Amino acid sequence: MKVRVEVFLKPGVLDVQGKAIEGALHGLGFADVAEVRVGKTIAFDLAEEPRDKAEARVRSMCERLLANMVIEGYRLEIAP
Amino acid sequence: MKCAVVVFPGSNCDRDCAVAIERSTGERPQMVWHGESALPDKLDLIVLPGGFSYGDYLRCGAMAALSPVMAPVIEAARRGVAVVGVCNGFQVLCEAGMLPGALLRNAALKYVCKPVALRIENGRTRFTAGFGERRDAVMTVGNGEGNYFADEDTLDRLEGDGRVVFRYLDNPNGSSRGVAGIVNDHGNVLGIMPHPDRAFEPELGSADGAILFQSIAASA
Repeated sequence: MKVRVEVFLKPGVLDVQGKAIEGALHGLGFADVAEVRVGKTIAFDLAEEPRDKAEARVRSMCERLLANMVIEGYRLEIAP
Repeated sequence: MKCAVVVFPGSNCDRDCAVAIERSTGERPQMVWHGESALPDKLDLIVLPGGFSYGDYLRCGAMAALSPVMAPVIEAARRGVAVVGVCNGFQVLCEAGMLPGALLRNAALKYVCKPVALRIENGRTRFTAGFGERRDAVMTVGNGEGNYFADEDTLDRLEGDGRVVFRYLDNPNGSSRGVAGIVNDHGNVLGIMPHPDRAFEPELGSADGAILFQSIAASA
């Protein structure tokens, strides 16, 4: 199974990279750009198993390592 | 005082810590590789040094927090052994859940490396008792992700319980409420962003870091 995890800083946690990119995009003339957030994508393969089981395992990976739940949230996609 | 300094792959202040502790207290620490699953017996102090453990991959301190050595470190902390995490070591303590909060990228996106003035907010900890009535100290920061973050309730609790031990007079990295160093609820685990190991004799611009190590030795 193909897994993609996206990790972002939680709303309300200052994303200084996002702010810097937003400023640079404004400098390029894209004046309406707002709320830029920078995250990371972690992709990996997993052995085939029922989807709910896979999802539970991936959530455990996210909460124990891939995301720091104090400052980050995550989204996941699992494809067969 | 019996002391160990943990060495992670990518630690770069481990030897600084060892020299600082030896010059400050006369005790030579044992260096412990992160892959060890046991610590030397009867330790009084465990230091997690600064650096870039595991290249800061994923998040600063995230991988180091899962190193084999962290299980006995957590166990020793539970028994009351003093643990000090400096800079990257502070990040490791937060990632390991031994201290609340997290360290974000500096608000100005810059790596800051300079001596900073600190206020000692709690002089009654085992890390600060040696400062006596003094409430000021100078140590050197060197960090790109030293911006302490915790939610408002956690910050209120830390302040209320006297667990904010060091605060920046002039915040160099955007830390919430100027937090530079905090302790856990039992007061035996300290996370500190400025380096006592870069301020242990007057030739370095400040010898205040030596007082921190001497305080721990005195309480051992």
